[in-house]
Amino acid sequence: MGEQYFFDEMMGRGDDGPRGPYQDFGAWFDAENPSRLRKKAREAEDFFRLTGITFNVYGREEANERLIPFDIVPRIISAREWAKLERGIEQRVRAINAFLHDIYHRQEIIRAGRVPADMIARNEAFLPKMIGVSPPGGVYTHIVGTDLVRTGEDEFYVLEDNARTPSGVSYMLENRETMLQMFPELFSANRVRPVSDYPQNLRRSLTDCIPPACTGRPVVGVLTPGIHNSAYYEHAFLADQMGGELVEGHDLRVVDGRVAMRTTRGYRPIDVLYRRVDDDFLDPLNFNPDSLLGVPGILDVYRAGGITIANAPGTGIADDKAIYSYMPEIVEFYTGEPAILKNVPTWRCNEADALAYVLDNLSELVVKEVHGSGGYGMLVGPAASKKDIADFRDKLIAKPDNYIAQPTLSLSTVPIFTKAGLAPRHVDLRPFVLVSPRKIHITPGGLTRVALKKGSLVVNSSQGGGTKDTWVLED
Amino acid sequence: MLGKTAGGLFWMFRYLERSENTARLIDAGHRIALTKSSSGSNEWTSILATSGARTAFDAKYDAHHGPDVIDFLLRDRDNPSSVLSVITAARDNARMVRTALTREVWEAVNECYLVMKDLLARKIPDRDLPHVLGKIRQRSAFVRGALHGTMLRNDIYDFARIGTFIERADNTARILDVKYYVLLPSAHFVGSSLDNVQWETILRSVSAESAYRHTYGPDIGPSEIAEFLILDGRLPRSLAFCASKIGDNLGYLKQQYGQHLPCHDTAEAVCTRMRASTIQMVFDGGLHEFLQDFLRFNGMLGQQIEQDYRFYG
Repeated sequence: MGEQYFFDEMMGRGDDGPRGPYQDFGAWFDAENPSRLRKKAREAEDFFRLTGITFNVYGREEANERLIPFDIVPRIISAREWAKLERGIEQRVRAINAFLHDIYHRQEIIRAGRVPADMIARNEAFLPKMIGVSPPGGVYTHIVGTDLVRTGEDEFYVLEDNARTPSGVSYMLENRETMLQMFPELFSANRVRPVSDYPQNLRRSLTDCIPPACTGRPVVGVLTPGIHNSAYYEHAFLADQMGGELVEGHDLRVVDGRVAMRTTRGYRPIDVLYRRVDDDFLDPLNFNPDSLLGVPGILDVYRAGGITIANAPGTGIADDKAIYSYMPEIVEFYTGEPAILKNVPTWRCNEADALAYVLDNLSELVVKEVHGSGGYGMLVGPAASKKDIADFRDKLIAKPDNYIAQPTLSLSTVPIFTKAGLAPRHVDLRPFVLVSPRKIHITPGGLTRVALKKGSLVVNSSQGGGTKDTWVLED
Repeated sequence: MLGKTAGGLFWMFRYLERSENTARLIDAGHRIALTKSSSGSNEWTSILATSGARTAFDAKYDAHHGPDVIDFLLRDRDNPSSVLSVITAARDNARMVRTALTREVWEAVNECYLVMKDLLARKIPDRDLPHVLGKIRQRSAFVRGALHGTMLRNDIYDFARIGTFIERADNTARILDVKYYVLLPSAHFVGSSLDNVQWETILRSVSAESAYRHTYGPDIGPSEIAEFLILDGRLPRSLAFCASKIGDNLGYLKQQYGQHLPCHDTAEAVCTRMRASTIQMVFDGGLHEFLQDFLRFNGMLGQQIEQDYRFYG
């Protein structure tokens, strides 16, 4: 592979100085003393350590609480750029909700031949128990984290639609808090759209979908697998910020047709449960019988209108990586318009032609597990050794259904602050979307993840990625 | 409030209180070892007994040598009551009840854990011991300060306080009970320097040496010590003080929830007995017996609270 071109979001193509949204920041940075900035960067780390924003890395006993590295250079998006992204995301999220409703009801998209019936019926994420069930308020995905990557001035791709339990929003909020504390002067010079109202918006959009059984002020709970979960900090943070209860499976049981939590004064019903456990673990009576994380019988209460579960059970069918490849058709089918945001070309390895192509081009492709996340179990061809590729080839041949492949995208870069000054690193973006029957609300910005290693394209925090504050500028 | 949250708060503050009490015990023992090397080993035996760690310690060591005991009480992960173990447990509980705490309280306990994990990463050389013990007490005080200064006075606060005082009462009663024989009037030889050291140690292990002098003057006497630590409602580590605080906080819960539960009766009975007692009555009935009764009722009360407020199910 030859020298690849990467779009840098701060410097653009050439030497004409920073691009528009970065001009004020660039001037500020040039006037700053690097040693003060280094000191600030260390302070930021202390701040994160103290507030306890840690991330548990699975499979590492010793350092099982780690900080996600934070970079002080913000990622800046102009009002115009954002407006387009916003329209594209809203369109896509509407389509996903319409798709979910359709898939669990009349399945018109299958009858129309736009998505093969196999893709649904044989999909692990499809929940037959949701057939014919209409969630309160008609909303399936209350919370979505749409992963975007950029490859040029005007080119954005959707990498994944995280429609199950997307995480990272607490980092978006704490990153902004940290920047406000460290560099208040930057915020008086740049008009940055605030993100701090996310928790209130989350609560509002959840309580816009109260179940029929709810009377009085809705009680909201966040269901966490517990303090050893990698995103526990976030679960506690959101419960706290929303004024909700942070509950685990063993705090809950079904009492008189409602899901109730054990309080100091007996069992009290919960109206809306923002669950951060997967479908499989949600209800040992209905799904995985070995699960200790869920609530026996919750699905029956749900179907009878006794509780709202957010996101609804069975939404995973919409962010499955094989379904992903049909998203352009899905968007067009339900909205009647072509998709505003592009999909990354995707080879479905369960198709013989595609598999043959993928096997011939492993060294240039990214291969992912259909149900994988967190950067685990994927192959980044250009960065992999011969042995990695050979090993992966065997896995792929053994279970082609389990994989999809995509070209290696030329992810844009944004500078990070290093000892040697600014240095470009690859980034992605996860905006957070809240869906209620009234509207779709997208918090301006989101979580920017950055690969801290030079040249690396893997931004996942479990694989050594960091984060940045993300700014959307006012018009 | 979730039952689990109430339990988490209760234990978080019990553990923090225990870390501080253990630091005081070590401080008192270390001082005796410095002044009277001959009785040193004996003293460490009673400190192990007071902290309830003797069985675990004996499983690991043959003799009660000061440095081993100090290390076991400060840093040993095999000792569930070591300072490092309880501060870790306090912080785990704090993470579990994070939504019930203010940012200030959470950060104080998180920082307490980070500082202690660092300080206690290695064996503590003798010369650093006072500094480390001071830090433990200071860090625990920061959490208490944040609690007082930033938390709503509601059920959350009550469970935190109840945990604190159940633990503290237990600790003071154990200190007294392990040493009850040096406080008996029959064992009292005026001016014996050995007794003086023992009495001093008791006062020091509840940080009451200066308060005692302000109250009783320069001479230390065993029955005054017993009266001060058991019955004086002004001393924040006395049994009477702890019992009345537990009674108050349970009373607030009763009021807030409008529920009268078995634990309220037990707490009331303990308070009544304290109020009705004089030190002479305590000695007449047997100091050891009195303390044993107290420890049993205090333990029972803890279990009843656990049950009445559904900590575990």
